[in-house]
Amino acid sequence: MNAPNTAGWRPELGEAHIAGDETFTGNRALMLDERLIFEIGDASTTGVDIDPAPAAASRLGNLARSEAIGLPGLSEPETVRHYTRLSRQNYGIDLGFFPLGSCTMKHNPRLNEAVARMKGFKDVHPLQPRETVQGALAVIDELAHWLVTLTGMDSVAMSPKAGAHGELCGILAIKAALEARGEDRKVILVPESAHGTNPATAAFAGFSVENIPATEAGRVDLAALKARLGPDVAGVMITNPNTCGLFEPDLKAISDAVHAAGGYVYCDGANFNAIVGKVRPGDLGVDAMHINLHKTFSTPHGGGGPGSGPVVLSAALSPYAPLPYVKREADGSLRLVEEETAADDQPASFGRMVAFHGQMGMFTRALAYILSHGADGLKQVAEDAVLNANYVLRSLEGVLDAPFGHSGPCMHEALFTDDGFAEGFSTLDVAKGLIDEGFHPMTVYFPLVVHGAMLVEPTETESKAALDQFIGALRSVALRAKQGDPALKSAPHFAPRRRLDETLAARKPVLAWKGDKAEG
Amino acid sequence: MRYLPLTPEDRSEMLGVIGAGAIDDLFVDVPAEARLPGPVPGLPLRATEMTVERHFSALARKNKAASDHPFFLGAGAYKHHVPASVDHLIQRGEFLTAYTPYQPEIAQGTLQVLFEFQTQVARLFGCDVANASMYDGSTACWEAIGMAGRVTRRKKAVLSGGLHPHYVSVAKTMARFTGDVLDTATPSLDGTDLERLIGAIDAETSCVVVQYPDVLGRIDDLSPLAAACQAAGALLIAVVTEPVALGAIKAPGEMGADIVVGEGQSLGVGLQFGGPYVGLFATRDKYVRQMPGRLCGETVDATGKRGYVLTLSTREQHIRREKATSNICTNSGLCALAFSIHMTLLGERGLRDLAALNHARAVQTADRLVAIPGVSLVNDSFFNEFTVTLPKPARQIVHDLAAKGVLGGVSLGRLYPGEAALENGLVIAVTEVVTDEDIAALEAALKEVLA
Ligand SMILES: Cc1ncc(COP(=O)(O)O)c(C=O)c1O
Repeated sequence: MNAPNTAGWRPELGEAHIAGDETFTGNRALMLDERLIFEIGDASTTGVDIDPAPAAASRLGNLARSEAIGLPGLSEPETVRHYTRLSRQNYGIDLGFFPLGSCTMKHNPRLNEAVARMKGFKDVHPLQPRETVQGALAVIDELAHWLVTLTGMDSVAMSPKAGAHGELCGILAIKAALEARGEDRKVILVPESAHGTNPATAAFAGFSVENIPATEAGRVDLAALKARLGPDVAGVMITNPNTCGLFEPDLKAISDAVHAAGGYVYCDGANFNAIVGKVRPGDLGVDAMHINLHKTFSTPHGGGGPGSGPVVLSAALSPYAPLPYVKREADGSLRLVEEETAADDQPASFGRMVAFHGQMGMFTRALAYILSHGADGLKQVAEDAVLNANYVLRSLEGVLDAPFGHSGPCMHEALFTDDGFAEGFSTLDVAKGLIDEGFHPMTVYFPLVVHGAMLVEPTETESKAALDQFIGALRSVALRAKQGDPALKSAPHFAPRRRLDETLAARKPVLAWKGDKAEG
Repeated sequence: MRYLPLTPEDRSEMLGVIGAGAIDDLFVDVPAEARLPGPVPGLPLRATEMTVERHFSALARKNKAASDHPFFLGAGAYKHHVPASVDHLIQRGEFLTAYTPYQPEIAQGTLQVLFEFQTQVARLFGCDVANASMYDGSTACWEAIGMAGRVTRRKKAVLSGGLHPHYVSVAKTMARFTGDVLDTATPSLDGTDLERLIGAIDAETSCVVVQYPDVLGRIDDLSPLAAACQAAGALLIAVVTEPVALGAIKAPGEMGADIVVGEGQSLGVGLQFGGPYVGLFATRDKYVRQMPGRLCGETVDATGKRGYVLTLSTREQHIRREKATSNICTNSGLCALAFSIHMTLLGERGLRDLAALNHARAVQTADRLVAIPGVSLVNDSFFNEFTVTLPKPARQIVHDLAAKGVLGGVSLGRLYPGEAALENGLVIAVTEVVTDEDIAALEAALKEVLA
């Protein structure tokens, strides 16, 4: 293929001579480039009709904004086209297989979207009098009941805004519990395979972080962990199933040892999808675990959020749970426990983590998903997720190195490494090759404990035919990496962009459009 | 089950490929005592789409929706009209069902939107640079305090009494664990606390945090405070909970704020009973490497074509782990998209017109209400939200108004329980959705319940 007209359409080009398979616009049929709103809009255009303001004397305290702000507008049709064109440069689950390990990119049912948009949920203010929001509180209460029952825990804090915020909730509860015991333990133990948010959260809450080693089989080294426990250890953060896609068979023994040493067990529940409805973390001695509703319970990830990270708590940590939470009164009505009555209702609470009461829009979606599946369907979810992952693992271990394949079945995701690739070929090349094949790549270079990690999480919403096609494509790309096919080094060839220069972006950061404000 | 494509035949064929006899052979690592023999007991079984929809319809009907009533609540979340095209566009599967743009070649849609969003937020706030969003305004506010601590290497933050009480609570929760010292106050109905703030700045002060307009709706010129901060080597953090205001009043950045954070819910997102919302975070170029959260930057591809990537990630948890500037990972991407689309539809002209309409409506409403005997206005200045005092505790009044079908505001008793000096205060927000009939309804209902 000849180089495309890389500059894209520019007015000054006029009737530039176009040759070969170049195009005048730089577009390629359905692949349409779109310039920035700052280049196509202007400050005097608007796509919204607004009633004229009635006459009224200004009370702005002499602070009226007089300078140009620099916000371009577009008419409604131009706006719809701008974002529709941009959307087509994105890959989403609706389009195809998205096996991003640790992220649980499952189908997002549209029933959930419809429910979240019911006027009685989407159009309710968080500070309305409680008699006007009983239905909204009931959704929170019902979802909370499901989460507590599915996990076999004592209570749940619903307000955390995402997984990492849930981690913070759990870690603060641990800190508050230690404080209540009059202890100042400073260390949180985290396995090397943990997600970056685990050590970052512990540090954010003022703890120091120490790594704990893994065994040959990719699990937490129980003996090493026990040896490190002591009066300075506040707790451990363990991911189960872990980030290598493996169940931690010693979790109960770990919990017992940590409890015996006076610490608490935080479980990163990002991978709950593998065991939902089949195993209750509460039966394994866990004290706190966040649940990413945007993973296990199918709320859409939206290109980076929003998420929701409720945290289930053991009886030991429940007294420290944050405000607010929903409480059922003797007369059956629901109310929020906030700062006002905390002294009576929840005297040991560590306080508020967020304005208002959490991600209501995610609660409605997650509950719609949960009710659709029921307890039986959720068990099937876990089983199919694990079945799909093992099918991928066993179908690919002949061509790709599966570091823990020998240690038995995986859970919901299959881990591979770059072992055996030709000199100069990497996991990144395989990922970019998969893009050309029409797939979103798996998670790459995470977890950090194996070289050139490729973490494939198919989820339960993929058919066998979809898996077979992916397996075939990944085998083909992996073989090219092993044989050293030079064309793979410059993949992707068919995406809206070729490989992007990330080094340049970081060396000379351009983080905002710097064009003229009056113009822009 | 409608979301699960595997058939029983697929399952047994796949087990054969794997070499497992039964599905439970794949769960061998789960200790026997933790394995459940069947579905988790005590929970209902699967349900059809129709059944689930009915269940939610019934629950939704138990709520009073803002659009069905004269509606005047604000205090950190505002009801604005969101153009229909916003919700249509954010539901496109390519936006809705994408992940964080880790593979930029197939995520240019999300990335270009983030670049545009960052620029819109920076310009709205009068700052050099903004990030790709935080969870919400309250968490962005704490992150700003944390960032000021890193920049100044100091640990004392001075918080204005006019900062939303939930934002103060969040900061208190965090500070208790991080060892930061917070100097806080409750708001006074007699005026804002600029002088207290200036007086409290000392050599230990990392930052001063001030809300603009404040929680009672009052607007202060922040320039003197910015000057005082600068003289003492402290940062000024401005918090904006109503971004529409910045279509009418000066940007905090223009007045010298070093970090401007905010709640972006007003544009595109909707009320949603408190979440998800979108945290806005902007600052000066020179502090960029201390910023929390994701940043999108411009670059080129292998053929020289312009494109966008996530950048400066050496600040972030997935690279830096315990040394990261924040633990945030998933942020509020789709709400940022909604904000950005709404802002693009408005443009500068639309934003200014919208702000002018909000202000004029609020002025009209205030004038009508203060004519009611016993009602007086607290504010010298305001944008679309103001506080009045009533002749009796406002908390009960709010319930009485609701019983008459009017959602009449947020009482200071709800926001500051136990503060006797504030209990007669009612915070009233008036946006473009409020009609003349709504204003008349509030006026009439308030007269009745006060009588
Ligand atoms: C294992 C693990 N832990 C924690 C997180 C953080 O969750 P969130 O992105 O919702 O903050 C993630 C996902 O990103 C994860 O995969």
